Amino acid sequence: MAAAQPIIRLEGIEKRYVLGEDIEVRALRGVDLAITPGSYVAIMGPSGSGKSTMLNLLGCLDRPTGGRYFLGGTDVSVMPDDELSRARGRMIGFIFQSYNLIAQLTVIENIQVPLLYQGKDLNALHGHCVKLAELVGLSDRLHHRPSQLSGGQQQRVAVARSLVNDPLMILADEPTGNLDSRTGAEVLDLIDRLNGEGKTIVLVTHDDRVASRAHRVLHMQDGLIEREVVNRPVPGANGGPA
Amino acid sequence: MTPFHTQLVSIVRLGIKSLLLHKLRAALTMLGIIFGVCSVIAMLAIGEGASYEAQEAIKKLGSDNIILRSVKPADDAKLTGTSRGFALDYGLTYADAARIQATIPGVKRVLPVRIIRENARFAQNNIPCQVLGTLPFYPEIVGLDLLRGRFLTETDERHQANICVLTAGLAQRLFPYQDPLEHSVRIDAFYYQVVGIVREKNMPEQRTQGGQMDGEPLDNNVYVPLTTSRSRFGEMIIRRSAGSEEREKVELHQITVQMRDAASVETADPQIKTLLSHFHSKMDYETIVPLQLLRQAEQTKRIFNVVLGSIAAISLLVGGIGIMNIMLATVTERTREIGIRRALGARKRDITLQFLVETVVLALGGGTIGVVIGILVPFAVTHLTEMKTIVTWWSVVIAFGISAAIGVIFGLYPAKAAAELDPIEALRHE
Repeated sequence: MAAAQPIIRLEGIEKRYVLGEDIEVRALRGVDLAITPGSYVAIMGPSGSGKSTMLNLLGCLDRPTGGRYFLGGTDVSVMPDDELSRARGRMIGFIFQSYNLIAQLTVIENIQVPLLYQGKDLNALHGHCVKLAELVGLSDRLHHRPSQLSGGQQQRVAVARSLVNDPLMILADEPTGNLDSRTGAEVLDLIDRLNGEGKTIVLVTHDDRVASRAHRVLHMQDGLIEREVVNRPVPGANGGPA
Repeated sequence: MTPFHTQLVSIVRLGIKSLLLHKLRAALTMLGIIFGVCSVIAMLAIGEGASYEAQEAIKKLGSDNIILRSVKPADDAKLTGTSRGFALDYGLTYADAARIQATIPGVKRVLPVRIIRENARFAQNNIPCQVLGTLPFYPEIVGLDLLRGRFLTETDERHQANICVLTAGLAQRLFPYQDPLEHSVRIDAFYYQVVGIVREKNMPEQRTQGGQMDGEPLDNNVYVPLTTSRSRFGEMIIRRSAGSEEREKVELHQITVQMRDAASVETADPQIKTLLSHFHSKMDYETIVPLQLLRQAEQTKRIFNVVLGSIAAISLLVGGIGIMNIMLATVTERTREIGIRRALGARKRDITLQFLVETVVLALGGGTIGVVIGILVPFAVTHLTEMKTIVTWWSVVIAFGISAAIGVIFGLYPAKAAAELDPIEALRHE
């Protein structure tokens, strides 16, 4: 294949939950997916479609019951908990619907949190964090607390935080869900810009307008990717569905 | 390692920051530890001070001495005053002293003392005092500081010299404006030239009487040669009061046996008792072995320390449970933060460490404040009650160490509980 090696590859991923005696929920039923570097992928689907489970698995917050998940060439589906935590911190940048900043920390400290768990020298990387804050337009708010920021500003801090370890993929879960349409659009523009600079983005949303910005839109239904819409070709790839 | 070091520093800083978010809560949580640590230090200081005083008093009796004292036999006491002309004859004798010196192995010196209560007079001053008839080496055994002049000598002893040595307090009261060394003191019917002034080194205010730790001021002593005491006062002591007459014949009131070393005290004590029992039909003497008293005092102190320690340990335990309780509440309250941190790459042990550090900071903070208060309280106690207190360094170390240990022990469970939270559930937590 001429396309770049996928950085994310799911092979027959299954996830079953056991609820009570003999009730088993099959949240994912053998999903196959490959995402190449620089892609912007949106995942859509109604509640109960397995969208959230998919997000948790992609984010290494959970391990699949079956199948294999290669992230950046390593099989993370069988990793022990500590290694999985490390991998999560190093390779994935999270953006959540409700921002999920740590309330008692300032903007700059929130951006630094992922560095802390990679055992990196915070002092040496302070400049890097300041640059990220500048990138999201918050260089004048470095020492503010999240409670002193608007929702849009908080989400921009979260974007900066997701970038601090230079991850393989940014995983956004309804990043505009709590924002009005104008600030939501600002955050999405920011994400577009990051994608333009080559970041791989995976975004989960309900909103068609949000999804329309992605290269590929995956529609999930009953634990499977039911159909895929390609809005525009993935840069660097030959185009067409993977 | 530097990264680990900076990581730890930032975790500690974060812990302090999180605690400061809820200042009142942190302060209330620390109270338990503060009281615990404070009570450990203060109680041990008071206990230590009390036993120190007792032990010092005993030590001053001399740990290689055995003290024998004449006591009036209980059954004879009733007879006094009822029959005129009846003389009560009891107590230690010169022969006892000689026998102990001659037969008990390991005896270094035997110091006989006669104690007669009389009044010392000079000019208009008339002061009740104790006249101690004794030998020249008395100061070496009992511990006297010679302030002026000299003590008794062999020559005085041989010549039954009419000389005396006064304690500083008595000299001050008898001779407020004169130099005592230039005058004589009248005791009973005789005059005694003052040749020296001494101060009791060991028991400045108290004298042990009959094995008790309290007694009257010892500052009113007059020391005369033993031979002088015998010839001037006689063996018979007659006290007259309100028509009744009391006669006592006591040769020696006290014999201090100085042993070569503390080890031979143990063996000599029963030997002396056996020896005396052959010559005394009544129990008209008692023995005091300071070494044994010291052992008893140490034993008492140990029990005291255990009791105080237990009380303090319980209060520390309660404090620890308080900390654990609050930390469990904190973990629940900060579930979402835990979820965020896990999503951002924190391993379970990072979360454990974070909460453990917080608990330890809390416990050590409480410990530090407790140490400060615990050191101040004994000072206040000494100031207000004039009780002696000693803050020992080891009680501070133990109290502080225990508070740190409590932080770890009682912090471990909440911290583990925090780490075991499922990150997905934790992120969803409102």
